[in-house]
Amino acid sequence: MLASQDGDAAAHRVLLERLSRHLRAYYKGKLARMGRGATEAEDLVQEAVLAIHIQRHTYDPAEPLTPWVHAIARYKLIDYLRRNRASVTDVPIDEAGEVIANDDHLSAESSFDLRRLLKHLPEKMQCAIEAVKLDGLSVAEAAQRCRISESGVKVNIHRGLKALAALIAQRTQT
Amino acid sequence: MRTDELISALSASVEPINRRRVNRSVGIALVVGMAVAIGVSFLALGARTDLTTPRPLIFLLLKIAFAFGTTGAAAVYLARLARPGGERRVSPGLAALPFVAILLLAGVSLGQAPSSHWDRMVMGDQWLECLISIPIIAVVPFAVVIWAVRQAAPTNLVRTGAFSGLVAGGVSAMAYALHCTDDSLPFVALWYGGTIVLCTLAGALLGPRLLRW
Repeated sequence: MLASQDGDAAAHRVLLERLSRHLRAYYKGKLARMGRGATEAEDLVQEAVLAIHIQRHTYDPAEPLTPWVHAIARYKLIDYLRRNRASVTDVPIDEAGEVIANDDHLSAESSFDLRRLLKHLPEKMQCAIEAVKLDGLSVAEAAQRCRISESGVKVNIHRGLKALAALIAQRTQT
Repeated sequence: MRTDELISALSASVEPINRRRVNRSVGIALVVGMAVAIGVSFLALGARTDLTTPRPLIFLLLKIAFAFGTTGAAAVYLARLARPGGERRVSPGLAALPFVAILLLAGVSLGQAPSSHWDRMVMGDQWLECLISIPIIAVVPFAVVIWAVRQAAPTNLVRTGAFSGLVAGGVSAMAYALHCTDDSLPFVALWYGGTIVLCTLAGALLGPRLLRW
């Protein structure tokens, strides 16, 4: 976590991968008890991973990491359930079987298509995220492709990811 | 979208972040809020002009000390509340300490005065102005504090909202004290304390709406 706060990309990837496994177990456990599917759990895993990434500056190194992650995971779960309050009561009974049927570890996909979601963002954010995050260009190359300054790319990625998180939150509203 | 795709996208280029950003935003909000509150108080109400003798000066300092104690404790807790899970490290009891202190002082001062003076000591000359001014002056500081907290990720929105209101109310009371000429402890306890509590309640109500992320 400390390394990823300092901008170590490899450490960041390892961190997110490890945390995503814990988050998946956490959400699957919680949602299964409410009779919900693995796709929803995966939606939540991704919301939480995105939140951990965007909010990584709020982690205080003097504090243990687990409560911080747990607080984010719990917040996202409560937020999700609140958004879907209406549907909590009308989950069909036969879904209990579906939960088990869909429960193949790790292979679950969430219901979002990143590229399609990106289309809803302003052009500059779209371009910056696509270039750096999806096509793997450096910030300088992305700046050239999107015709904005390097700091502009960084700002647009940051804002874009936040907007994306909001979009994902909106999508999970049924 | 698969989660590992999302993870590789997110770790494609990782910016180093500033760990002090949360504390810094809250600090900036505090300073800006204070400047605006004092400015509004000076421009709209004017500073008190009777500071030539020691008694008003002592009361001014006392009011400011009360408001400052409230704001300071609340701001420290707010910086913790702004982080996920920060509510574990906050004890609302400590934040209430300045209120307990001023209530005790007010009680003592009422006890020493004859009961025929109580009415005047509690109501002062301008209780209505105080009741209206402090919440109004608090609006801009509250907005700035909310902006600062939104830079972070609070997970207990009601409590974070309440502490934002408490900070804004404290800042506003500090600014209003520069104008207010009602110098009695019961007045300060009731009308300053009361309006700050009012701001806190308003913050708790607004928190869940304004702070979602």
